[in-house]
Amino acid sequence: MKVHEYQAKEFFASYGIPVQKGFVCRTVEEAVDAFKKLGVELAVIKAQVHTGGRGKAGGVKLAKNVDEVRTHAGNILGMDIKGFIVDRVLVCEALDIKSEYYMSILPDRKSKSAIFMLSREGGMDIETVAKETPEKIVKLPIDPTVGLTDAKAREAAFALFDDMKYVKQAAPLFQKLYRLFVEKDASLTEINPLVITGNDEVVAIDAKMTFDNNALFRHPDVFELFEPTEDEKKEQEAKDKGFSYVNLGGEIGCMVNGAGLAMATMDMIKLYGGNPANFLDIGGSSNPTKIVEAMKLLLSDKNVKVVLINIFGGITRCDDVAKGLIEAFKLIETDMPIVIRLTGTNENEGRELLKGTKFHVATTMSEAGHMAVDLCK
Amino acid sequence: MSILINKDTRLIVQGITGRDGSFHATKMKEYGTNVVGGTSPGKAGQEVAGIPVFNTVRDAVAATNANTSVIFVPAAFAKDAMFEAADAGIKLIICITEGVPTLDVVEAYNYIKIKGANLIGPNCPGLISPEESMVGIMPTNIFKKGKTGVISRSGTLTYQVVASLTAAGMGQSSAIGVGGDPIVGLYFQELLEMFQNDPETDSIALIGEIGGDAEERAAEYIKQYVTKPVVAFISGREAPKGKQMGHAGAIISSGSGTAAEKVAAFEAAGIPVARETHEIPELLKQKLGK
Repeated sequence: MKVHEYQAKEFFASYGIPVQKGFVCRTVEEAVDAFKKLGVELAVIKAQVHTGGRGKAGGVKLAKNVDEVRTHAGNILGMDIKGFIVDRVLVCEALDIKSEYYMSILPDRKSKSAIFMLSREGGMDIETVAKETPEKIVKLPIDPTVGLTDAKAREAAFALFDDMKYVKQAAPLFQKLYRLFVEKDASLTEINPLVITGNDEVVAIDAKMTFDNNALFRHPDVFELFEPTEDEKKEQEAKDKGFSYVNLGGEIGCMVNGAGLAMATMDMIKLYGGNPANFLDIGGSSNPTKIVEAMKLLLSDKNVKVVLINIFGGITRCDDVAKGLIEAFKLIETDMPIVIRLTGTNENEGRELLKGTKFHVATTMSEAGHMAVDLCK
Repeated sequence: MSILINKDTRLIVQGITGRDGSFHATKMKEYGTNVVGGTSPGKAGQEVAGIPVFNTVRDAVAATNANTSVIFVPAAFAKDAMFEAADAGIKLIICITEGVPTLDVVEAYNYIKIKGANLIGPNCPGLISPEESMVGIMPTNIFKKGKTGVISRSGTLTYQVVASLTAAGMGQSSAIGVGGDPIVGLYFQELLEMFQNDPETDSIALIGEIGGDAEERAAEYIKQYVTKPVVAFISGREAPKGKQMGHAGAIISSGSGTAAEKVAAFEAAGIPVARETHEIPELLKQKLGK
């Protein structure tokens, strides 16, 4: 789950991590008021959207006076950045920046721990740095059984700074940030850039946090900040029913039990020259209610012309799945061609039950794939 | 022969009185797995399908000398269950539970490692050594004892592959579903090493998917250390970037973790990658020179 920069900075501030003072504004007038309240010579106005590349898109501007605040806030509010419409800007003091650094904390699949990623190439696109000059990124795994010790925090700080004056500020900052990361179950905490100001202070002038969806149940304060997009709303609705759903924009609606098999199914459709409408994993088992709900979800997508149901009957027997399908389709009115592929325990019995129905019954996965692609033509 | 579990496996089921725990404990016992006990706090003295229930894992181990545990508790309690198993001296811990917070797994994994034990999962279907022992939720009837080792990040896709192996007359030595989360226990590299060292395994099917770079590392490892034929399959070739495809770990983040990169890594290491699952037995047979 993503949050906005200003929300991440509120978390930072509540853990004592230095950020600039700022105000979130929804209108030009609010932005002007914020500028006056800040009483600074130079302010920065930043679009608050759930995507990167704001600066490049013109969503981050400096303002010296009320007129400039008015102009820039007016331009940025309502701006479309990669499909996200800006409805809020953050107005904060523009600091005098001596130098910029990159740091983030994230779980690492390889070391199976949280790691610090640090680079002296701050303010850059870190993925570009990682690709072109990987030696400029330092990775430090944190042993969760001891946490971020003073020594480890210093080690991290020395990766960025040679001067002890900055190390002394950065090390405790990193410890606070690590505590925030762990206590809130973040999946990413990133500062790009972390800066040294003209006053020799180490400050987070940007903040990005995403959170582990699996841990939201114990963080109501984080979940409260959830602002789903239209796609995410549909995905969430599906999730509430025990499904995983991702729209892919094609014509062949897929209903599959299991995520890996669902991915393999959409890959196969593409391989055969068709276009999958979606990824839909209805979970390991399948009962009539689930199938009815899943069909409703597929039929709500107007692009869908053919439905392909691919079920591997493991513990659930295929004859039971077939009965469930027949039961489910008594409740669904549709002329849509439906291809069913059932395999696993009692598959012959299952297919026998489906004979003489309106379904197109396939024996193998590839047969089902070809049938669905042909029916779509 | 087999890896990790066999006839000597003495299994306890954590969360045995729950709906999933009792259902699968019964199925495992029916298959012939040596299920020696189960745990559920406050329910000591009860039985599930003839399996004695204990309050704690420590009690269960003391009474039954169990060496393996399978966890069926809800996600919020999974970390504690993994801690409890490791603390009681269990050497192989299999966590089936889906939706466990990532940092809980990080903590549990590192504690289990300190205790000298191994973790499989979470969010996994478990593992099987056909005709000896099954620990987890796998449909046992599709498996057949044989010489192909199977390692997979998926559940039903594994069954799909196993069913085609069995149909082609290729039984399995052991099959392991490592789990679909970004951070899980035993993974490709450790399991490849075990299969390489298992005298009864003559070939390996590796089923990967988008997200992370474990396949790339596996390809590198196979090239250096695995002499047995390996065939790979990667799902998610058509997955869009930035979307989680069912499994929490199946996501292409910032342009890395794509199927194309993984396929390229395997091919560069001389490992054939099947386009469709049904090609796997044929490709293995070719490599085996059959």
